[in-house]
Amino acid sequence: MDTHTKIRKIKEFIIERLIFLSGIMSIIIVALIFAFLLKEGLTLFWQVPLSDFIFARNWYPISDPPQFGILPLILGSVLVTAGAAVISVPIGIGSALFIAEIAPPKTKEIMKAGVELLAAIPSVVIGFIGMITLAPIIKSVFGLPTGLTALSGAITLAFMAMPTIVSIAEDAITAVPRQYREAAIAMGATKWQTTWRIVAYAARPGMLAAVMLGIGRVIGETMAVMMVTGNAALIPHSILQPVRTLTATVAAEMGETVQGGEHYAALFAIGIVLFIITFLINGAADLYLHKTKK
Amino acid sequence: MSSEQSIIETHSLNLYYGKFHALKDINLAIQAQRITALIGPSGCGKSTLVRVFNRMNDLIESVRVTGEVLVEGRNIFAPETDLITLRKEVGMVFQRPNPFPLSIRDNLTFGLEIHSDYSKQNHTEIIEQSLKDVLLWNDMKDRLSQTALNLSLEQQQRLCIARVLAMKPQIILMDEPCSALDPIATLRIEELMQELKKNYTIVIVTHNMQQAARASDYTAFLYLGELIEFGETKHIFSAPEQKKTEEYITGRFG
Repeated sequence: MDTHTKIRKIKEFIIERLIFLSGIMSIIIVALIFAFLLKEGLTLFWQVPLSDFIFARNWYPISDPPQFGILPLILGSVLVTAGAAVISVPIGIGSALFIAEIAPPKTKEIMKAGVELLAAIPSVVIGFIGMITLAPIIKSVFGLPTGLTALSGAITLAFMAMPTIVSIAEDAITAVPRQYREAAIAMGATKWQTTWRIVAYAARPGMLAAVMLGIGRVIGETMAVMMVTGNAALIPHSILQPVRTLTATVAAEMGETVQGGEHYAALFAIGIVLFIITFLINGAADLYLHKTKK
Repeated sequence: MSSEQSIIETHSLNLYYGKFHALKDINLAIQAQRITALIGPSGCGKSTLVRVFNRMNDLIESVRVTGEVLVEGRNIFAPETDLITLRKEVGMVFQRPNPFPLSIRDNLTFGLEIHSDYSKQNHTEIIEQSLKDVLLWNDMKDRLSQTALNLSLEQQQRLCIARVLAMKPQIILMDEPCSALDPIATLRIEELMQELKKNYTIVIVTHNMQQAARASDYTAFLYLGELIEFGETKHIFSAPEQKKTEEYITGRFG
């Protein structure tokens, strides 16, 4: 009997520990990734001061002496992301409202399936289509020397952010209790007043989360953006110029670096910057969600 | 009776949900500035009937209505009826308190803003008056910008009534307004109804017969979609003419 209880206790203990371990696994992994990034990336700052890294205007990693200024890359990422957000947020929220509130059931099913399919398209395929169809159009419409521009990147990425925004925002809108709609309609509100002033307002924490996750996806996207933005590491003066993003830089150059070298460390430092940006976006979304809950 | 004036009249009202005949040939005259209770067992059509008066049934597909319903003398099923004006005239309070997830103030001004015939300057006055009418002003006056969702259920239901009052309707429909409230809150809402009937006509759906007996002037008893009996509450509860009514109010079925 005594050994029985003992075994049972040990079993309980082991199971508890295993569950605990899987629970904290995601945190451990994030911490390990960040630690690894820091370890590989921080060595750069023995040679290059942080302010030079962030604010210097030239990214010439293989010239002699090399210059590691990521300002053009940051601006490239910001420009492409902001452009993608400007396009995808209104369209995404609009289509989420349409699917959730207006579309008849059949249309709704078809549209939801379409959005899911859009999410499932590999990014390299979207990039390929952007390169073959979108870039020539932009080139001829604006009379540019090349169609591979920040604008092409923004449009391509807007397509990638849209499914995230639509499906999460649609969930948030559908979750708004029926009683709110009933109350508004019984007060004489029109369909639009009900949808916009009550339903969309009630769903706005969820819609903000949708936008943040969409932007998070855009800022981390690499392949499609590398294929359509032209990859010129120059400070952009307009959205119609080629740009290079942080992610594309890491992906394009990692293969040519010497492990442990300065260039190698600089790419890891870019990783740290990306990590911090995503962390800030998520943090801002969390903060907002928390605030509106109160 | 003759000095009183009916504000809602139904003439041979029939309502169908698809093939289901939910209201059968209802003829009813509801008096102005009185409280009329609609009672009957679940599924008898009392909620359906109250939702005819502001045409909330329109939200349900496959609903079909024949006959006439006159509100203040106008047939609300006539093609020229403006639902927005109708619903401003005929406010509704629901079973579960459903304040909007907005501040207390915005709950009250929503109706004013969608019916934009009110100028902004009046808002403060109207907010104060409608909260006073439901006896919430003293508790709420310093926290108008807080969310309405943190109020107690009773306060939420009072706010929902205030929200309707702010639009200055003629008629207030209440669909089991106390079923989510405790007995004390229920009594207080009933007291409030007595105050409100000085200025408004109230139609209340209730499954609580004591409530109908206590709080209403007229009672309509519905059973399986038919209006079995309609009359002054004191007559219905003391000397009902129909056997079914008697059986129901004495609790033999339902």
